[in-house]
Amino acid sequence: MDTPHDIRLLLAVLAPLVGAGLVMATGKRPNLREACSFLAALALFLVTVSLVPDIRAGRTLHFTVFDLLPGLSVSLRADALSMIFAVSASFLWCVTVFYSAGYMRSLEEHAQTRFSACFALALFGAIGCAFSDNLLTLYLFYEIVSITTYPLVAHHQDEEGYEGGRKYLVYLTATAKGLVLPAMVLLYVLVGNLDFANNITTGILPAGVHRGIVTALYVCCVLGFAKNGVMPLHHWLPGAMVAPTPVSALLHAVAVVKVGVFSTVRVMLYVFGTKTMTDFNLGLPTAYFVSFTILAASIIALSKDNLKARLAYSTVSQLSYIILGVALLTPAGIEGGLIHIANHAFSKITLFFCAGAIYVATHKKDISQMSGLGRAMPFTFGAFAIASLSMIGAPPVCGFVSKWYLLNGALDAGSIGIFLVLLASTILNAAYFAPVVFDAFFGNPSAEDVKHGFKEAPLAMVIPLSLTAVISVVIGFYPDFFMNFVRAVLP
Amino acid sequence: MTFPNPNPDFPILSVLVFSPLAAAALAAFIRSERLLRWWALLCTTAIALVSLSLWWWFNPATAEFQFVERRAWIPSLKISYAVGIDGISLLLVLLTTLIMPLCVLCSWRYITTRVKEFMVCLLIMESAMVGVFCALDFILFFVFWEAMLIPMALLIGVWGGPRKIYAAIKFFVYTMTGSVLLLVAILALYLKVGSFSIPDMMGRNFAPEFQCWIFLAFFISFAIKVPMFPFHTWLPAAHVEAPTAGSVVLASVLLKMGTYGFLRFSLPITPYATHVFMPYVLWLSVAAILYGGLTALAQSDLKKLVAYSSVGHMGFATLGIFALNTNGIEGATLVMINHGVTTGALFIAVGIIYERLHTRDLGASAGLGKFMPVFAGFLGVFCLSSLAFPGTNSFIGEFLVLAGGFKVSTLLVICAVPGVVAAAAYMLRMLQKVAYGGVRNPDHSGLADLNLREVVTLAPLLVFVFWIGLHPQPFIHVMHASVQHLLEQTNGSLAPAAVALR
Repeated sequence: MDTPHDIRLLLAVLAPLVGAGLVMATGKRPNLREACSFLAALALFLVTVSLVPDIRAGRTLHFTVFDLLPGLSVSLRADALSMIFAVSASFLWCVTVFYSAGYMRSLEEHAQTRFSACFALALFGAIGCAFSDNLLTLYLFYEIVSITTYPLVAHHQDEEGYEGGRKYLVYLTATAKGLVLPAMVLLYVLVGNLDFANNITTGILPAGVHRGIVTALYVCCVLGFAKNGVMPLHHWLPGAMVAPTPVSALLHAVAVVKVGVFSTVRVMLYVFGTKTMTDFNLGLPTAYFVSFTILAASIIALSKDNLKARLAYSTVSQLSYIILGVALLTPAGIEGGLIHIANHAFSKITLFFCAGAIYVATHKKDISQMSGLGRAMPFTFGAFAIASLSMIGAPPVCGFVSKWYLLNGALDAGSIGIFLVLLASTILNAAYFAPVVFDAFFGNPSAEDVKHGFKEAPLAMVIPLSLTAVISVVIGFYPDFFMNFVRAVLP
Repeated sequence: MTFPNPNPDFPILSVLVFSPLAAAALAAFIRSERLLRWWALLCTTAIALVSLSLWWWFNPATAEFQFVERRAWIPSLKISYAVGIDGISLLLVLLTTLIMPLCVLCSWRYITTRVKEFMVCLLIMESAMVGVFCALDFILFFVFWEAMLIPMALLIGVWGGPRKIYAAIKFFVYTMTGSVLLLVAILALYLKVGSFSIPDMMGRNFAPEFQCWIFLAFFISFAIKVPMFPFHTWLPAAHVEAPTAGSVVLASVLLKMGTYGFLRFSLPITPYATHVFMPYVLWLSVAAILYGGLTALAQSDLKKLVAYSSVGHMGFATLGIFALNTNGIEGATLVMINHGVTTGALFIAVGIIYERLHTRDLGASAGLGKFMPVFAGFLGVFCLSSLAFPGTNSFIGEFLVLAGGFKVSTLLVICAVPGVVAAAAYMLRMLQKVAYGGVRNPDHSGLADLNLREVVTLAPLLVFVFWIGLHPQPFIHVMHASVQHLLEQTNGSLAPAAVALR
């Protein structure tokens, strides 16, 4: 069932855009400005939630914003896949507004208005991607995310910030322009339009396209959406960690990287379709290709002492789980991949929130200096422990659900190799997260730390991070809210 | 909105061609510089408004020339005064008339010496440029074509920068060389056809060898004007030395003369030769895209950067034209319009920087954004437009050109892709530098943000960036019939033979 003109889609996309405008207009009054941010986030969340009953009922909603050329338009759609991303991103934005107000004010950061406005604009791009109805719209919003997050990455405006920002833009725009754009134009020439298919099976490619061209298009799309962090085009992500922690949290655990993965998955399933991917044998090679990222990134994470760098590489590794699951092309695999979009979002944002809270409370960035801090900051490190269990995939935290389905998917696909990769990465995850938690609670604080007497971070930060940690557990126990959407994606 | 039907006898094109000339003549009698500026602004704005009526009255359903006026001029040589426009020239005429008031506005404070002569030159330019796009007689066309050269060379040579004489002479010599070849081709065609009427020359099956010679003469003449790689070297020199208004006219309108020449003359008059030479021109276009992009990446002079980006953009236009399919030519025409809007705006923006800092060095303008946020906002939009950001005008044009290119050769487009990436790189580099700069920026704290006049100058172009970017249908609609007709003429009977020869 299709609803052709549902205005709520437009409202959802406009909410963060209007929010950004209001933030700019009220920049001189910080409390009002933060209120505007929050209202925009809340409005976005409420509109998104209002779509849930329709999607549950099996409807797909559409809204055409601009007709550009025959077969080419800027138009929006809400289906089950969009909802997985849109609900988690809009909810986490609400939480992050509080957290970032606490973080930015505690550290007395500069240019807070620009920061909040760009934050809202980035969400505008992310929600636009979630609700894209065709490849052109997806590309449009994808590029908007790249441009509007540059000021966030380069926020500190020091050498390190500019360097990180430069790398960020070079990687993301070069891949989008160099790979996605030509692939998109060629698809338009071959198909006559760029609209996503209505199911994940058929795809939109006409019969009789040469195998080489299909494979080239596919490779361009998987590598071109470089926000998905697949190696070797992942370098921008660790570089972008110079940004203030709220940026790392929302954008590099939820919005930006998930835009990359979501776009990749959207194109894999709704442009190529499982049938084409099976026919041209594109699934398992992709799974093995991203397996390298999963393992290599985990090994690099082991070697990082800077907490945010370790989290960044953990993100690179975890994002590939999603692509791996979908590339298995088995129902369980796709379920595991898609549910990980939500599960990883809630757990990884918790971890980044904790990293920020630790920095605000103690000005420490390195893991080796965090020994014994758990006793001074029980909530922060408690949340950190829960979220890292999720990353490892231990029950009952939500990461377990993902891993369960992924392992099943690997077995269904008959691929022992992928199964072993998943197990190995679990061990690696444990190896780089467990020592952090263990040291924090059972290690001995240095004499200097004892003298200093650290306290828990401000409430504006501790409440959000506790909330997301609790939700990580809740959606581990009751995965059905997101699982219902995931199942609706499958034919 | 409904407009009364046009009076068929009202010579609207002649009014558009000659009213700037009349305004220039009157300007010669005005003494006060202030009054002169207002007079030029008033006239160009009035002409722009009058030209809008073309848009309302134009019938997009037909490929026929419209608003045609035909009068005997030199009957013994069968030279007539004939003007008329189709869907392609309509857009270019409108671009010209709409860009001129902005040229006057951006020279408001920039030009302080010989204001009268400057405004007269601008107005004469407008006459000649509109004339070139309207002419339907080859001699008339050539007269307007040559008439542009002198005021343009004066704009560069009198009001230009330190090496203005060198740049003006280089510009003059290059374009003059092209004109000579154009004249030879015109005369050769006259001897075959027996008239100078342009529509008469189209769609005739001239002998293949004759077509090839004519095509080459046209090609060199127009390729210099575009400019296509490797005929482009006059362009950076001319842009760097020209005053802001000169650069804007040069980029927005003069460069379009070359691509317009291809569309109006090369394709329909020498279709066989067009097919023979098509692959070479396509690869030259790709070379221009790559060369323009990479060279722009290495520039530290803002004007040079934008000038080399023009070489790349015009490469897209020629690529689209010689793809010889609907997507390609419609895309190319849009690229021409978009380049006029966006590059014009970028030159105005560079002029705004120059007026404040008296340098065009990228390093010296680092970090302006902090003190000129409104300016940085405008510059951001125009830079994104120039790199073909989706949702802006250039994206639609480049998308269509690439789609047209894919229909000819996949390899060709793949080779052009690095140029697209380079465009993103040099534009974002410039934007990053100007808006943010680095850790140690020059002190710009004394600079004022845009004043009302500057906002008014840039705002119309901003509207077009988004209008064409998000609602391009009307623009494509007006040219569609003309482009179809052009393709019928070009891909007619002799085309298969030419392809076989290739």
